[in-house]
Amino acid sequence: MTTWFPVALMTAFAALVVGLMVTINAIVGPRSRDPVKGEAFECGNPPSGSAWRRFSVHFYLTAILFLVFDVEVVFLYPWAVTIRQLGATGLVEAGIFIVLMLAGLIYALRRGMLDWS
Amino acid sequence: MLIDLIISAIKAIFVVLLVLNLSAVLLWFERKGSALIQDRIGANRAGLFGIGRRLGLPNLGIINTFIADPLKIFTKEDFVPDRADKFLYTLAPFLALFPVLISFAPIPFGDRLIVGSHQIELVVCPLTAGILYILAALGLGVYGAALGGWASNNRWALLGSVRASAQLISYELTMGLSIIAVVMVYGTLDLQEICRAQSGTWFGWLPKWGIVYQPLGFLLLLVAGIAESRRIPFDLPEGESELVAGYFTEYSGGKQAAFMLADFAEIVLVSALISTLFFGGWQVPYLQSDGFHLPGGTWLPLSNPVVALLGFVAFGIKVVFFCWLQILIRWTLPRFRYDQLMTLGWKGLLPLGLVNLMVTAVAIVAVGGSV
Repeated sequence: MTTWFPVALMTAFAALVVGLMVTINAIVGPRSRDPVKGEAFECGNPPSGSAWRRFSVHFYLTAILFLVFDVEVVFLYPWAVTIRQLGATGLVEAGIFIVLMLAGLIYALRRGMLDWS
Repeated sequence: MLIDLIISAIKAIFVVLLVLNLSAVLLWFERKGSALIQDRIGANRAGLFGIGRRLGLPNLGIINTFIADPLKIFTKEDFVPDRADKFLYTLAPFLALFPVLISFAPIPFGDRLIVGSHQIELVVCPLTAGILYILAALGLGVYGAALGGWASNNRWALLGSVRASAQLISYELTMGLSIIAVVMVYGTLDLQEICRAQSGTWFGWLPKWGIVYQPLGFLLLLVAGIAESRRIPFDLPEGESELVAGYFTEYSGGKQAAFMLADFAEIVLVSALISTLFFGGWQVPYLQSDGFHLPGGTWLPLSNPVVALLGFVAFGIKVVFFCWLQILIRWTLPRFRYDQLMTLGWKGLLPLGLVNLMVTAVAIVAVGGSV
């Protein structure tokens, strides 16, 4: 409890400062609405429509690949802390894990998952 | 008990304010520094009732950056585009800056300071899983960029935000991998312990800093860190010549300031991480808890407050140095193409990070844990 008290306090203080920063304009700023001002900014051209539509599937693939690898990286942290106690056995086991991870990466690269040209 | 709570409250508030102010100083430095690099004059207009001019002082744009601009920014209209999602539009800048600020909690800014019977650890919170906490908080930063562009309902902004998300998550892997290798060397996730382990010297003169064990890890963390703070050469999410301003195209006033400060606070965070993991954090070469022990065998005794202050100053100097380096890089290099960025992240840095990890692991196991 006492360990996390400073973190809780820092979180509260940071939330207060940042919260004030993003809302202060609504409190002290002037107000003037205008239909042209409210349009999406596209360098002065008339807006080309809503942005809430489909976009390249590549970004989803990158996100999925990231999820897989990030979980694997987090799995490596406990091993990294205890590497001296686990010794050669741990090294071999983690090695197999990393080789599997690399195989996954090579598979994804061969399937053109990361070709952006 | 109460006094301990007050001390930790002071430390927490001090660190948040320090980071925000350092970010503002970096903004000023970026303005005047870039002007110097590009042979321009830079901000030099605003003054306070002409006092500086009457005294004959050069106008360094300090009043521009620290008084005039904040006043202007925070009294602007609260602008939300008509088609935007109003709640997420306000939440996004909050989610960009807030996680960066709280991720400074486990980073030590000095050794322990002894006041009377109190031992004050100069760190907001000595978490035993400090590195995981930082990575978790940094991961939240993606939401700021992703939501900012999406909530604006602007096509440029959306492009910027999907680019930013893909870039941030790609380079987060490299960041995680390069930090794992350091964790292996020191066998702990507690940043204060990592700092303590970097005291002393080899051969009587070479400081025992992490850079000597992990030179490749340092480079990987530096590159991934610059990519995480979305600056040139990795500023594709903002790319002003392509996307206006990327995911914060539609933002103005305090919300835009939050995005901007988030970028600078991330520079500070990356610098603090690099200094802590690879350059001894608050360690001063040859300084131990009772004074300087110079290579020649000379001993210069110092009291505890002086040692603690020297440590804090040393940490500050290291952090400011790496901030300066990142700003210099930003004004030296051109921007990558998007495919180059992704190729570098997935086909260059990620395999290098894995190789670095394996070599470190094999070396540690081979010498039987005596490193």
